[in-house]
Amino acid sequence: MDEVTTTIEEEVAAVAKSVEVRRLSKKFGGVQAVDGIDLKSTEGEFLVLLGPSGCGKTTLLRMIAGLEHPTEGEILIGDDVVNGLPPRIRQIAMVFQSYALYPHMTVARNIGFPLKAEGLDAATSRKRIEWASSLLDIQDLLERRPRQLSGGERQRVALARALVREPAVFLLDEPLSNLDAKLRAAARDDLLEFQRRVGTTTIYVTHDQVEAMGMGDRIAVMNKGKIRQLGTPDEVYNRPADTFVATFIGSPPMNMLERGNFLMGFRPEQLLPVGIVDGDVMPMTYHVNRIENLGSERYLYGFIRGYAEDIKIIAMLPSTVTVAIAAGQDHEFAVANAKLRYFDKETGLAMVGAPT
Amino acid sequence: MTTSVLKRQKRYLFENERFLAPLLMSPAILYIIALVGFPLVLAIIYAFTDITVGDSSLDFVGFETFRRVFDDPVFWRSLRNTFFFAVVANSLVVIFATVLANVLVADFKGKWIIRFLVLLPWTTPVSLATITWLWTLDSLFSPLDWILRNLGLIEQNSYYLGKANLAMSSVIAVHTWRIVPLAAVIVMAGMAAIPNEIKDAADIDGARFWRKLFQIDIPLLAPIIAVAVLFGIILTVTDISVVFVLTRGGPTHATQVLPTWAFFKGIEGGALGQGAAIALFLFPVLVAITAVVLRLARRREIL
Repeated sequence: MDEVTTTIEEEVAAVAKSVEVRRLSKKFGGVQAVDGIDLKSTEGEFLVLLGPSGCGKTTLLRMIAGLEHPTEGEILIGDDVVNGLPPRIRQIAMVFQSYALYPHMTVARNIGFPLKAEGLDAATSRKRIEWASSLLDIQDLLERRPRQLSGGERQRVALARALVREPAVFLLDEPLSNLDAKLRAAARDDLLEFQRRVGTTTIYVTHDQVEAMGMGDRIAVMNKGKIRQLGTPDEVYNRPADTFVATFIGSPPMNMLERGNFLMGFRPEQLLPVGIVDGDVMPMTYHVNRIENLGSERYLYGFIRGYAEDIKIIAMLPSTVTVAIAAGQDHEFAVANAKLRYFDKETGLAMVGAPT
Repeated sequence: MTTSVLKRQKRYLFENERFLAPLLMSPAILYIIALVGFPLVLAIIYAFTDITVGDSSLDFVGFETFRRVFDDPVFWRSLRNTFFFAVVANSLVVIFATVLANVLVADFKGKWIIRFLVLLPWTTPVSLATITWLWTLDSLFSPLDWILRNLGLIEQNSYYLGKANLAMSSVIAVHTWRIVPLAAVIVMAGMAAIPNEIKDAADIDGARFWRKLFQIDIPLLAPIIAVAVLFGIILTVTDISVVFVLTRGGPTHATQVLPTWAFFKGIEGGALGQGAAIALFLFPVLVAITAVVLRLARRREIL
């Protein structure tokens, strides 16, 4: 049993392929859902497409899957252009938000369905079903029907069904959004560990930045059909390419102050009482309106003196910072110069270095 | 004190469910009692008496009427015809309705006009539609025959309604033509209820047209197809107009079914008791079929 597992796992790792799209566009009627996207994943990468609803991330994924046909552009899986090929030829597997299990089939038949469609003989199918179900720890569920399973179990069955064909690419469309919050954290862990084990290139669509930051090797942040930034979680968080990324990523989002023809941004956790920040700093007089103590951290809500009072500025102090803060008063705060980010006011794009 | 309370209660009478519910239900209940319940009870009473058109006294005779009905070979022939006709017509209905529903859900130009045309047979009154068919199948002037003759496919007229097999086929064809639109719309509604992600998953999993049809669509549609079949069975088994207008049960009872036989025996023949007994004969059978189909449909309900 163990031997079989290792050999097939190696096989899976061997067929992992890169995914690339070139100038890919999709119009639905008059709506430009995806607008000239260029994107390339590496082999075995966990690539997250992150964006608000309607940003085109699911459409992009469905075009890679072959469920949607692009208006323009090319899709490559490995080195082959797959435009116009039906999904089954593309060596991809997809997990849907609702899991889309076949309700009238047992778990075993659900997992085996792609193999049957492929025309695999019964004995080999059974072996593969066993292998996939043991990898996801669902051997005991094989004779059940989907409606008898919990959300987490359904998700595992959906993954097993995706895995069983040994695809070169996994496409996951918000696979965790139907789970409750508690299960989601555990499922995130399982999913990531599973992906590392099989080493298959994975494209993962989500609107949840916690999932994106926690799981992605790289994140493509999307808005209005375009990729605003492609980078590691660290890059998109600490060096956002524009104001959209800066305010979409991070909760609460990056604070923005207007200064002449540019915007100055800093993360809530970088705005600290003046004595705590080391090195070159930009001092600010912070008027605190309201304090939220969440135990592990304190959120402060207020504005910076000298700037418009209706621009809300949020500071997040970890519980290790014990400086006494009173609501309704001015406090001396500062941000390390190295942590300040500057954006062009017109274009919203990040500027290199501090403007003069 | 109490009068003022009563007054206030009266004012809000129409907001009181205990009063409003029976009031709103009473028309339906009255209607069912007067037009369904009463005739049914009357038919049951008639079936156990020797009532005729000429002698309306109700003398209880036990199962004598049933014995007489069963003694008549025409009754058994009608029963056989009824079953044959219901089974064949409904099998055809299921096949055509599923195919038609698949065509109708597809996205194509002018699908609204096609959907409208498909539904048209269902919206025409049965008797009028059947009279049109009567002319179409006429022994001398049938336009169908005229076309076939001019195409050189037949030498002489076919006498669709004059030959036993052809007459039965004609009755089945007209019934199928009539019920398919209803069944297709029911199946279509069922198809719309299958989640898109399931269809996408089947595409991703590599299933092609036939596999999707037989392993995904039809199993998921089974409960709703069962309902369509149930409607179909009831519509065919209880319908009198098609047979009555087209063949009057002929030639020589070749298309005689229980409803027409009940009518000929009870109304035209005057033997009200026997007519009632024939009409009642299928009642328990239909109740059983309905119960079984509805139960199956509920058990298969999986989404």
